[in-house]
Amino acid sequence: MAQHSAKGARFQAVTANRLTDGEVVYFTDAGHWSLSFSEAAIADGAEAAEALLAGAMPADFEAHVLDPYLFEVLQDAQTGYQPASVRETIRAKGPTIRLDLGKQAIAS
Amino acid sequence: MYRYDEFDHQLVAERVEQFRGQVARRVAGEITEDAFKPLRLMNGVYLQLHAYMLRVAIPYGTLSSKQMRMLAHLAREYDRGYGHFTTRQNIQYNWPALDRIPDLLQELASVEMHAIQTSGNCIRNVTSDQYAGAIADEVEDPRIISEIIRQWSTFHPEFSYLPRKFKIAVTGHKNDRAAIKLHDIGIVIVKNAAGEIGYEVHVGGGQGRTPFIAKKMSDFVPAAQLLAYLEAVMRVYNMLGRRDNSYKARIKILVHETGEEEMRRLVEAEFAKIDASQMLTVPQEEIDRIAAYFAPPALQELPAASASLDAARASDTAFDHWVTTNVVSHVKPGYGIVNISLKPIGGIPGDASDAQMDVIADLAETYAQDEVRVTHEQNLVLPHVKLDDLKTVYDTLLAHGLATPNLGMISDTIACPGLDYCNLANARSIPLAQEISNRFADLDRQYDIGELKIKISGCINACGHHHVGHIGILGVDKKGTEFYQISLGGSADENASLGDITGRAFTEDDIVDAIENLVASYVDLRQGGERFIDTYRRVGMQPFKERLYAE
Repeated sequence: MAQHSAKGARFQAVTANRLTDGEVVYFTDAGHWSLSFSEAAIADGAEAAEALLAGAMPADFEAHVLDPYLFEVLQDAQTGYQPASVRETIRAKGPTIRLDLGKQAIAS
Repeated sequence: MYRYDEFDHQLVAERVEQFRGQVARRVAGEITEDAFKPLRLMNGVYLQLHAYMLRVAIPYGTLSSKQMRMLAHLAREYDRGYGHFTTRQNIQYNWPALDRIPDLLQELASVEMHAIQTSGNCIRNVTSDQYAGAIADEVEDPRIISEIIRQWSTFHPEFSYLPRKFKIAVTGHKNDRAAIKLHDIGIVIVKNAAGEIGYEVHVGGGQGRTPFIAKKMSDFVPAAQLLAYLEAVMRVYNMLGRRDNSYKARIKILVHETGEEEMRRLVEAEFAKIDASQMLTVPQEEIDRIAAYFAPPALQELPAASASLDAARASDTAFDHWVTTNVVSHVKPGYGIVNISLKPIGGIPGDASDAQMDVIADLAETYAQDEVRVTHEQNLVLPHVKLDDLKTVYDTLLAHGLATPNLGMISDTIACPGLDYCNLANARSIPLAQEISNRFADLDRQYDIGELKIKISGCINACGHHHVGHIGILGVDKKGTEFYQISLGGSADENASLGDITGRAFTEDDIVDAIENLVASYVDLRQGGERFIDTYRRVGMQPFKERLYAE
């Protein structure tokens, strides 16, 4: 698994892909999986992040989602939390070359 | 075209049903992802960034109109209305839901196609020359031996668990359009002094992290012995190929580490071990049976020139440009080979909508002997079109955004899916191809620049063939941000060469200006009718580099 957070990253969230269709999902504060990054639980600090990831991996996780992992999130005064990397930004929205596809299409 | 026999039908149908059961058990939570993942990969199902991706094999890039219509139907019914033609002459669907893929595969099987061996450490889809059977001076139609290799390598028990994936390409022409020297095995069909057909075999080419041009292992393998010879190569690789490190597991590393001479000795020793009485030879009647499927179509006897074509070219400049750029001479007088560019200005290289695929299928059925070809440069070909019909075909293509007259030009870029879709990518590829295409949109300028092959990969795995681009672009990730490294002087044809890296990488904002800078250098440096690659080979890196990095 590639590293999706810089060393010393402060804020992180947990993401995975849904088993039935591969849709990108995020682990929420309520302990379920959401299709929207805006509902992702944000962990502050390494310890909280590890706990969040551990919580996202119940024994039967394989029945619902694939390969949960942590990724870095940045806090922005204007827009709130945003994925730090281009990769996670694209996962959260959809292909940059087809704005009619992916989550961005549903949102607009 | 090759038609499945009863065994082919049964194998594929049974495989679909097995996969249906595996998917059902996975969705029901009865098997784990660890158990399921290799099974889905064996059926061409990958997990990408946003969804699953299904890779469908198109053997040696040949499709009938019926098959093309099925690909359109699958795009419409199971995906988001489009498909992506790849550098492996395959098609990929980017959004199929896992639980519907068995139905998709069942429909696909009805037109004698599947997704088997499009993943995993096995022998993958055999690729070939898109002009097979249509171009002059061909030694033999390469699809005959490609089909024999396909049958031999499908479900071959000895070669189902190789150290790494294995790709074979075949050309029957001295002008290599199949990039055979960049494959694990590249085969050139040749004739010896006695006029007998045989095979020149190249081994150990490849791109990826450690690119190599293949080494010629044999000048002439007699036709009857080819499968036995391939078996010998595969056995040496299966025994000695590295399994400790996936980055060093391809046969190119074995050939490099072993040395060309020693590798040849090992292959020949292995070949000698195969007892003549046990040797796998293809009976002549079987070769004849398969060759009959690829017999030249019944084309008419026509004059070499077409008065209606000449008149249409004289009255329609855009059509004239398209004929000059995208239509290639056919072996049969009065016919042409039509290249359909899937690189509209500013478009996504290799993508075709369901409607476009239907249109191309209709054209193939009516005007091109029912055949379509896929090229490794992500375009399509109608191989046998009457010159008299070119204007009609062009008008239809034009009406559907398929008549861009840019074959081999700077806007005819190869690009992998990149970070817009791919789980392995470090950077996006497609937006760069689009920006370059838009920057150089002016056709007069493109024609003045002439043949210039830009190839873009979004990671070091090199699906976008950046190592062999006249200008290659490799996307890299630096702390979550995309950068692009340029290489110059690569080529995938019969004079294959690997590009040299210019120096430090460029940002997304700077990369198109950098390409513009390189083109300007070429225009200043070129002599006579030199192409970009010719100028680079004459003057070398320095003049390009100096100007590229001048402050």
